[in-house]
Amino acid sequence: MGRFSALSELRNYPSAIVGLGIIAFLVSLAVYTVIAIPYDDALDKWRGGEQWRLYPVNASPVWADRLWGGRAPETQVISSRDADIERESFEGGERLFIPLRVDYQAGDFPSEMTVFFDADGHEREPFARLVWRTPDGREMPLGGSRIASQDRRSISQDRALEQRLGLVPHIGLLATPDSEAGAARVQTGEYTLMLDVIVFQEDADFQAELVLFGRVHGLAGTDHQRRDLMVALMWGTPVALAFGLLAAVGTTITTLVIAATGVWFGGWVDATIQRLTEVNMILPLLPILVMVGTLYSTSIWLMLGVVVALGIFSAGIKMYRAMLLPLRQAPYIEAAQAYGAGNTRIILRYMIPRILPVLIPTFVTLIPTFVFLEASLAVLGLGDPVLPTWGKVLNDAQSESALYSQYYYWVLSPAFLLMLTGLGFAMLGFALDRIFNPRLRTL
Amino acid sequence: MSVAGGMQRDIRRLGLFTGKRLLALFLTILVGVYLTILIANMGGRVDDLRMVQIQGQVSEMVRADPSFQDMPSEERNALIQRQVDLEVERLRLDQPFILRSFDYLYRAMLLDLGRAEQMHSDSGSRQVYDIIVERLPATLLLFGTANLLVFFFSVYIALSLSRRYGSAMDRSVIALAPSSAAPAWFYGIFLILLFAFVMPILPSGGMVQAPPPENPLLYALDVLRHMLLPVLAMFLSQIFISIYSWRTFFLIHSSEDYVEMARAKGLPDKLIERRYILRPTLSPIVTSFLLMLIGLWSGAIILEQVFSWPGLGTLLFQAIGHRDTPVIIGSVVIFAYLLALTVFLLDILYAILDPRIRIGGD
Repeated sequence: MGRFSALSELRNYPSAIVGLGIIAFLVSLAVYTVIAIPYDDALDKWRGGEQWRLYPVNASPVWADRLWGGRAPETQVISSRDADIERESFEGGERLFIPLRVDYQAGDFPSEMTVFFDADGHEREPFARLVWRTPDGREMPLGGSRIASQDRRSISQDRALEQRLGLVPHIGLLATPDSEAGAARVQTGEYTLMLDVIVFQEDADFQAELVLFGRVHGLAGTDHQRRDLMVALMWGTPVALAFGLLAAVGTTITTLVIAATGVWFGGWVDATIQRLTEVNMILPLLPILVMVGTLYSTSIWLMLGVVVALGIFSAGIKMYRAMLLPLRQAPYIEAAQAYGAGNTRIILRYMIPRILPVLIPTFVTLIPTFVFLEASLAVLGLGDPVLPTWGKVLNDAQSESALYSQYYYWVLSPAFLLMLTGLGFAMLGFALDRIFNPRLRTL
Repeated sequence: MSVAGGMQRDIRRLGLFTGKRLLALFLTILVGVYLTILIANMGGRVDDLRMVQIQGQVSEMVRADPSFQDMPSEERNALIQRQVDLEVERLRLDQPFILRSFDYLYRAMLLDLGRAEQMHSDSGSRQVYDIIVERLPATLLLFGTANLLVFFFSVYIALSLSRRYGSAMDRSVIALAPSSAAPAWFYGIFLILLFAFVMPILPSGGMVQAPPPENPLLYALDVLRHMLLPVLAMFLSQIFISIYSWRTFFLIHSSEDYVEMARAKGLPDKLIERRYILRPTLSPIVTSFLLMLIGLWSGAIILEQVFSWPGLGTLLFQAIGHRDTPVIIGSVVIFAYLLALTVFLLDILYAILDPRIRIGGD
């Protein structure tokens, strides 16, 4: 049976096809991610900060809400650029009336309300007075204040307003008039935030944005720093695949070469390798990784290096040795020796290729082990400092007690992707095992 | 007479074999522990970190003390320097690392693990040995229970599946085997989500409730309640792959000629299983059981972390956070001894179970 016919035999195993499908999906997602969000972009986004200011905190995915029949609000941004501004000039300044109209139809209250001001280039700070108008015509003054060049007013945190309404402002302002604390209902319709602004310099720009932060966002939701989790979920894919693949290739190949060298030379070389393997079995991998992570750096490439370095003399050597030993006396190797092949040539060209097919299944099942290892390190708080990965999302979720606060999506979506990766490779590996291992073929 | 002679010869050979293995393992531990000491020192980096830490702590202490408040700053700095020197001498940081490393090694091998620099046990002892021994039972309890459960369940189920090979049960176990690609802590997260938050019927972590119950029976019950989720997580992550590999193993063995022969003779299934399948495969079964133990010793850290289980893994993680080198080395030494003990047991069991080792030799 040739190797290619073995591969085509995969078609007979449904689990292999499912596994291949999952792997193909993950690989294409990884390729798409790397093209759509370039590396530097991803790092910059994941660093967080001002660029996420218009995103809600801890919003769950939209589909999760809609699936259960919810009508939770998405974030609404109303800019003064689209509003009909009335202007009234006076000596030494101008009075602006900016109506910011919100058509609010969601079934739940927003999670937060903030007005962002953009008033650059004013010598004397403009003054703004805010009035909130509900669909049924009630008017609530929200107070006034001077506006600095890049200012914001968090309406949600206005304690005086909260006292006046008897409710948290972003709930009280949108509730029906008869609402009481604990049982507020949303009044749908068109609300207006009226900005009555006095600017003392007519040529300078004045813009305002009213943001009603939603309770749901996008496909993946957002985290405690308002970052869109989609960035991490998508970038986690190439990182996980690269880490798993490189670590699996690195450990398998070095181990194989060392095992073959030991078997071919025999004697003290073999004995040394055997003893080193036993010493290595005693060295605990994870504690050492944790140590390197805490004391040096948690860079994913350093971790990869340590994993490969410690994996060189892994227990796999014993298994490969058992497979390679009978080959040592094989006639085709004697023939190679007779024509004058060197040691390196015999090891690399004659011994290793012979057992490679048997190793393919092990190799494929090894990949998810390393993917999970990376996630494990991240869950311990030793994830790469800058790269967004699935493990780091899990770590954030754990340290923010996501489960306790019922942000289940935060844990479930990275976990789902990890599981998908694990399953994809494992399913393929198991099917390959049955094809390549002759003793299993008849079963 | 010849029987007794045979016994004696067997015992002598077993003794010789044991001695050789013990020596080899001792050397292995020696090298392994020394490597750990080298790694734990991180090429002098840990010493630098500790120097900074000492400096900070001492100057903090002196500045906070009101009796030194009026001291001129030069005098105070001299005082700080003296205190730092004393501390450095106490921790012997002034000696070259090579010297200290052999000293660490010598004492580590004697299980004299020294005093912890920052941490202390719950009973207040600063001895690393006490700190570790206090945590060891928790780890042994959790992992022992889970491993035994997985082992016996999987062998038992695999035997019955190999008899009914190709049935719906058999197929579903094969289909579920890839689920073991995820480690136990991963299932742990889901279990916590399900049973501690969605349906709050079990605790999400820890070993006993606070305050612990007075009555020993209630205490045991409470520990059992806290153990349920972590054990279940380990069970879930191991069981299917375990059953799968045992099933395959038994299937291969049950197609051996002597088993077919026994079947042809018309022996009952139970007898064939016990005498013709289990007995010859006993040594690989025991081997894999112990190998599984080895694998789980080091895999414990994260599961313990996720379930806040006060075991060795959590201890090691805390020690690394505190940069407490004696505790780090101490835990790794204990890990190494546990692993070596496992390997040693394996060798002895091998020698007992496999007549070729007992009779062979010279």
